[in-house]
Amino acid sequence: MRRRIGVDVGGTNTEGVVIEDGKVIAAHKTPTTEDVLSGVREALSAVAVPDVQGVMIGTTHFVNAVVQRRDLPRVGALRIGMPASRSLPPFCDWPEDLATLVRGAVHMVEGGVDYDGRPIMPLDERAIAAAARQMRAAGLSCAAVSSIFSPLDPAMEERAAEILREEMPGASITLSHELGRIGLLERENVALLNAALIPLAAHTVQAFEQAVAVAGIAAPLYITQNDGTVIRAELAARFPVLSFASGPTNSMRGAAFLTGVQDALVVDVGGTTSDFGALKAGFPREANTVVQIGGVRTLFRMPDLLSIGLGGGSLVREEGGRLSIGPRSVGFRLTKEAIVFGGGTLTATDIAVRGGRLALGDASRVASLDPAFAAAALAEAARMIEEAADRMKADAAEVPLLAVGGGAFLVPDRIAGISEVLRPANAAVANAVGAAIAQVSGEADQVFHGLSRSEAMAEAERIARARAVDAGADPASLSLVDIEDLPLAYMPGGALRVQARVVGDIREAP
Amino acid sequence: MRELTLEDIEGLAVGAWILGTGGGGSPYLGLLNMRRLYAEGARVRLMPPEELADDDAVAVLSNMGAPLVGQERLADPANIARAVTLMEEFTRIRFRAVMSLEIGGNNAIQPLMAAAHLGLPVVDADCMGRAYPEAQMTSFAVGDLRPYPLSMVDPRGIEGIVARVPSWKWMERLSRKMCVELGSIAATCKAPRTGAEVKRWGILHTTTKAVALGQAVRKAQREHRDPIEAILHAEDGRLLFRGKVTDVSRRTTEGFLRGTARLDGLDDWRGRRFDLAFQNEWAVGWLDGEPHVMTPDLICVLETATGEAIGTETLRYGQRATVIALPAPPVFLTERGLALVGPRAFGHDLEFRSVFAS
Repeated sequence: MRRRIGVDVGGTNTEGVVIEDGKVIAAHKTPTTEDVLSGVREALSAVAVPDVQGVMIGTTHFVNAVVQRRDLPRVGALRIGMPASRSLPPFCDWPEDLATLVRGAVHMVEGGVDYDGRPIMPLDERAIAAAARQMRAAGLSCAAVSSIFSPLDPAMEERAAEILREEMPGASITLSHELGRIGLLERENVALLNAALIPLAAHTVQAFEQAVAVAGIAAPLYITQNDGTVIRAELAARFPVLSFASGPTNSMRGAAFLTGVQDALVVDVGGTTSDFGALKAGFPREANTVVQIGGVRTLFRMPDLLSIGLGGGSLVREEGGRLSIGPRSVGFRLTKEAIVFGGGTLTATDIAVRGGRLALGDASRVASLDPAFAAAALAEAARMIEEAADRMKADAAEVPLLAVGGGAFLVPDRIAGISEVLRPANAAVANAVGAAIAQVSGEADQVFHGLSRSEAMAEAERIARARAVDAGADPASLSLVDIEDLPLAYMPGGALRVQARVVGDIREAP
Repeated sequence: MRELTLEDIEGLAVGAWILGTGGGGSPYLGLLNMRRLYAEGARVRLMPPEELADDDAVAVLSNMGAPLVGQERLADPANIARAVTLMEEFTRIRFRAVMSLEIGGNNAIQPLMAAAHLGLPVVDADCMGRAYPEAQMTSFAVGDLRPYPLSMVDPRGIEGIVARVPSWKWMERLSRKMCVELGSIAATCKAPRTGAEVKRWGILHTTTKAVALGQAVRKAQREHRDPIEAILHAEDGRLLFRGKVTDVSRRTTEGFLRGTARLDGLDDWRGRRFDLAFQNEWAVGWLDGEPHVMTPDLICVLETATGEAIGTETLRYGQRATVIALPAPPVFLTERGLALVGPRAFGHDLEFRSVFAS
């Protein structure tokens, strides 16, 4: 018996499912509550079963806190790299309202390394200790540390963390190299956002654990991440930014699971937007570009998503002989404002009802609509979907498209460049399914000195495996999904940067 | 002489990225610096080159090195300003103004950063009219002007001078080595120019041109009009192709990003193809296999919907792109100009033919 419970806390609904031996055996959907937790409690209680191996929760709670500017404490920023980078201090490209809320202190000290691993300046440990004492005196308990080229050599950030822990006992410390990529401001921004979310994450994870206990479920709790895997809840509480995009990621992985397709494009058509993603071997393709979160530029492990303004609530207009759909939408007011629901606004849903794609509301209300116009509007929606799908492809080869979401009726059955359009059954709970099936991963991203290429790659894999096991993976199920080596020029001892990622199943409770 | 507004500088960042013709590095960090300097009350004046006296001295500025390193070390206005004062100390020249080496990309903003610190005006000119990868690819090199001295500054207070070299090629070799030692990024002040030299050999009014280009795009975006139409109108450009990217291949050799890209036609170009070759910047374009546009004509690849420039580093499969050409500065159409920046300088054995000649 291998049962798992998946819960997805979305903006509108909280879904819960139970999966047993690869099948959905129970599902429950309930409106997301203001406090998030009562919705989770209800979903969990509704689907609670005995013999559960794990509870996986995906939540948009953390990213919403940034977007809505709530529950964010002030954060101390420590940047290592002076005298380089002086004129553009931490928070310098944040929206002013968010910076005012979060900027608790900014300290910049000497240190950092160059792309070839040589120090820019020796690390100024005394300045770090002094900064830590000031942050403590200012009452700050969350700090973010960034250092120039720390993804290539994290030693200075790690040493700074030791000093901060000594001087600021009990403070939570986020190091930029644990989260971000090359690009100091963008990586630092990720670390600052993470630091600002740690108290909320700790509180939320604790409440989730209580909800699991109250539902009488004796199983470990996992939180889903941007990359489609899960981590143990206590670890997730340290890295809330890694859960930012778990909604779209779980939707994609759920669609893959429900259709049995591992390599495909996925479109989630909602009320206002259509969100496109790409799955490779069952995992979402990562974005390689800057992603804005609540107006803050970030660069870290996020799924590659393309959003277009087309959904079931999109406004359909004809102006000067030109037909257009979206980006404006009636959104959640669809059931009041759409014509088939007795409203006065022509939406994509009305067009689909007239065109015979969909039976919803009162079809007689759109009977007077010119069928040629409805057909042209549906063709325009199809063209928008076709273009976006094509933009998401990595090359010209045909791939399947998995269509999910309440507005998926806008996706036509035949699309150029798409081998087939698949519409998974149970799509309404695809997100919770995606959460329930998630595996555990471990990653290593390190610079190795004095090892041969094969030794360094073996060492990176060993570290990634150990981390996956720490995160709750069954050692026997681990497999290497990604390994890449990047030689670094001009570094002594033939330095090599290796990134490795392994994925495995969740370890059975003993 | 007029004062640049922050709105001008926002436009400059967009226009400079377009004139970067695929390279030149993103002006984002320079723009961030300027927003901060303006918020602190600094202002920069733009000086028409005609206002330079023949014996005025002008500092030619650029940030040299790998854009990737710049994303970590960032760019500090104090640093580029120090390259200017170091040159003054070495040569005992007092500069009347500063100007940009290249108006394409990040280096369009560098002289503004120095100017904000030094209180000097920025001359409305550069010596590339776009972005090019090497030091000898300038109008001053076409004019065979003296290539030395050069000052180079690192934020740690490490300062160097290339005092004398026999050619622009030698300047490229020596200064590139110094730059690598400093961590592959450094602020530089190139060989000082006289007002007469700038007026004779500079590519004039390119700051104004970049600002206007950027403002045209921003205005069209705000008013939901076609920004590419606005660019073509603002700059007498020519629409060459509209399509989608179907293939990109890149490799890094000798410190340059080289490669090719293919677009398949859309709209009026359906059924046709356009191929591009690049070395940091777009160098040559072929329509249905025939050479169609080549350097020094400016080749700009723009996002069809937004009109924003797409760099050779960021172009990827599936993008909807429009290729346009803007006229080359006349100084590069001379025999010596073509020898330095024509298609052969980028390894393409083609006789230069301007797309504007037909």
